[in-house]
Amino acid sequence: MTRAVVTGLGVIAPSGIGADEHWKSILAGELNVRRISAFDPTRYTTTIAGQVDGFEATAHVDPRLVVQTDRWTWMSLAATQMALDDALYNPADHSPYATSVALAAGSGGNDFGQREMTGLYRRGPRAVGAYQSIAWFYAASTGQSSIRHATKGPASVLVTEGAGGLDSLGHARRVVRRGTTAVIAGGTEAPLTPYALTCYGTSGRLTTSADPRAGYKPFDKQANGYAPGEGGAVLLVEDFRTAVERGSPQIYGEIAGYAATHDAFDPNAPAPDATHMARAMSLAIADAGLTADDVDLIVADAAGVAELDALEASALRMVFGDRISAVPVTAPQGFIGRLNAGGSALSVATALLAIREGVAPAVGNLDQPDPAYGLDLVRVPRELDLAVVLVNARGFGGFNSSMVLRKIAPADIDDLAGKGFS
Amino acid sequence: MSTGRRVVVTGIGVVAPGGVGKQAFWNLLTEGRTATRRISFFDPARFRSQIAAEVDFDPLASGLTPQEIYRNDRFIQFAMIAADEAVADSGLDLRSGAGVNHDRLAISVGSAVGATMRLEDEYVNVSNHGRDWLVDPAYGSKFLYNALIPSSAATELAVRFHAHGPASVMSTGCTSGIDAVGYGAQLIQDGDADIVIAGASDAPISPISVACFDTIHATSARNDDPEHASRPFDATRDGFVMGEGGAVLVLEEYASARARGAHIYCEIGGFANRCNAFHMTGLRPDGVEMSAAIDAALGQAELDPTTVDYVNAHGSGTKQNDRHETAAVKRSLGQHAYEISMSSIKSMVGHSLGAIGSIELVACSLAIEHGVVPPTANLANRDPECDLDYVPKTARDMPVDVVVSVGSGFGGFQSAIVLAKPEVAA
Repeated sequence: MTRAVVTGLGVIAPSGIGADEHWKSILAGELNVRRISAFDPTRYTTTIAGQVDGFEATAHVDPRLVVQTDRWTWMSLAATQMALDDALYNPADHSPYATSVALAAGSGGNDFGQREMTGLYRRGPRAVGAYQSIAWFYAASTGQSSIRHATKGPASVLVTEGAGGLDSLGHARRVVRRGTTAVIAGGTEAPLTPYALTCYGTSGRLTTSADPRAGYKPFDKQANGYAPGEGGAVLLVEDFRTAVERGSPQIYGEIAGYAATHDAFDPNAPAPDATHMARAMSLAIADAGLTADDVDLIVADAAGVAELDALEASALRMVFGDRISAVPVTAPQGFIGRLNAGGSALSVATALLAIREGVAPAVGNLDQPDPAYGLDLVRVPRELDLAVVLVNARGFGGFNSSMVLRKIAPADIDDLAGKGFS
Repeated sequence: MSTGRRVVVTGIGVVAPGGVGKQAFWNLLTEGRTATRRISFFDPARFRSQIAAEVDFDPLASGLTPQEIYRNDRFIQFAMIAADEAVADSGLDLRSGAGVNHDRLAISVGSAVGATMRLEDEYVNVSNHGRDWLVDPAYGSKFLYNALIPSSAATELAVRFHAHGPASVMSTGCTSGIDAVGYGAQLIQDGDADIVIAGASDAPISPISVACFDTIHATSARNDDPEHASRPFDATRDGFVMGEGGAVLVLEEYASARARGAHIYCEIGGFANRCNAFHMTGLRPDGVEMSAAIDAALGQAELDPTTVDYVNAHGSGTKQNDRHETAAVKRSLGQHAYEISMSSIKSMVGHSLGAIGSIELVACSLAIEHGVVPPTANLANRDPECDLDYVPKTARDMPVDVVVSVGSGFGGFQSAIVLAKPEVAA
């Protein structure tokens, strides 16, 4: 079957602009969750978040397009360009139908939407601008990226809250297998506006700590909710064969396995047990043709809510058995915040960088690992020979997704050659 | 990619303007009545377009609990009721949790704008009618996060039917309703699920949505004649009429549907979507990308263009859309385009953004089932540049074996799906 690989990374995250900045930041253990600076957050459930400092939209996006789009889309467009540049892939060099855009969305164009509603209710219908109809809705980033890069292949916008980035990358593999050789996938999020933050506050999952150190602390005994964040990652997913044929500067790894399940328990409460989260992992590992013994590192969903962390630990134990105490588990998002749909895309980028560098970054903001979980939580960056990494993501409401990323070895290229590659 | 796993429709449900349920819906369509009217949800006097196709919907009477109503935006309520009907229609016992493998039951819901209505209502409260940028959370309701994330629609259906397979919302604007069903079909073809509850829902008739389409003159301003305002392919058309609603189809793998003796409405023979990569709202008149989607969908179905009997048009009633898709259909079907019937049910139920694609697939399933093609209401004087047979005003009895349904949306998305009688698609 056609194999799908990642050849380009674009990162816009609290940990940095660009994959290299992001990687250096998480390896250094920088905490990038801070008091919200875009507005006075005092009256909101949470006052801290992961913010992308120094992101100037006009440095990445045509100023005419900046006024037509939300911050979430600016970040998607910027990360898309980075991923294409990284892969040295120019869609214009190929049939327009050979490239697709499949960016996930979590909550849409929040800042734009709030501004236009403010205009509507303060000044009336005529105050609503011409771009509201194309900036607020969830397809804005995918549509704009498709237009910006003249891609005509099948587009999609999957929405599964925090699992969205992973699901879009899983779908990208499907699109590749169905014959579109390059797919721009992943996603970003920009929820740091007063109204969106108000909505987030009702989820019951946010930290109320004003101190970033005491805030989002996945797998810690003091876990007390998560800090939201903005940003995410966009990846270029390609058909392995065409990526090699066109001389892609690198292949970060293969999307070897993917699966999604749903708890289908309660729209707001966590599942009573980890059955379906474990099933997503097992299905993804089996889909890759591997067993749990083959997994070298786990990038956890790491909700930072004690009950949800316990469920993830339980799911891991179901899948890995007693070996789980010997499989490194990381979650650098503790340094960054949870970026909704952008977060799981960023976790995949992190996993691929870990494979390339042979280093597992540490769990973010972890001081006292809860021993009840029985996990080998990475405390300081650890050098490891990483061939297979499992990434987990969950979405509010009960979405569970898992992806297995596999390092491409020289033998894989030889294998391609054996099948007629020249 | 042919995997050998075929996908059929075994249940349908719909909540549409003019009536809840497939029978009321089909009656409206085949009688050529229109459900467009002056907006009643709020006073539309200050708006350019003051008309819409509203659903007279009583969620409690439809069977939702007070908690389900309190928790969910109207668009999710539509989806739940449409899904209840579709699942009951399929004969599958999904709510008891017995009988089928729920680990292989998936959810794929489309929506263009999600919980816009509730987000706007709540915004009015927390912002003190727009006065406060730093909105006050004390005035927000408990389930605001469920409204912010449209994925709640997929969650609600998963919980409702104990669906532990993949669940997602597909939000590709106005092609969401085709794309969600197409994606659901792919899940079955690729072996990721055996049964998919697929469909779409939108409830956009609120001031912010009406205002945003006003500014770009996308909607009809025929305010003095709401019943005849949605006029696809007519020379006097002046934009679409916003609608709302939801529709759900139960998709099953063909062999297992046959094995359980299910009633099969039709087979999903092929699905494809393409982008025009041109403009977020504008269309080139040549219809190349929509045509590419039609060609690919027919190719997957292994059907020759000359086998098409009926094209369910996007037919929004904007000047450029109706020409664009007329060109696309001619490009794909050639001379045969002049022999097929093509109609737009948006003339009767309006344009419910992402939902309409699935509502139209319910109409197409019923067209195949009954051998009747719904008309294009209000079509009196055809646009000279729209020169196909749009089935003006009156439904048409005719054998319907192969249907192509198309959609076009903001973002440049163009989608096509092929439905066929199973024996034809075999």
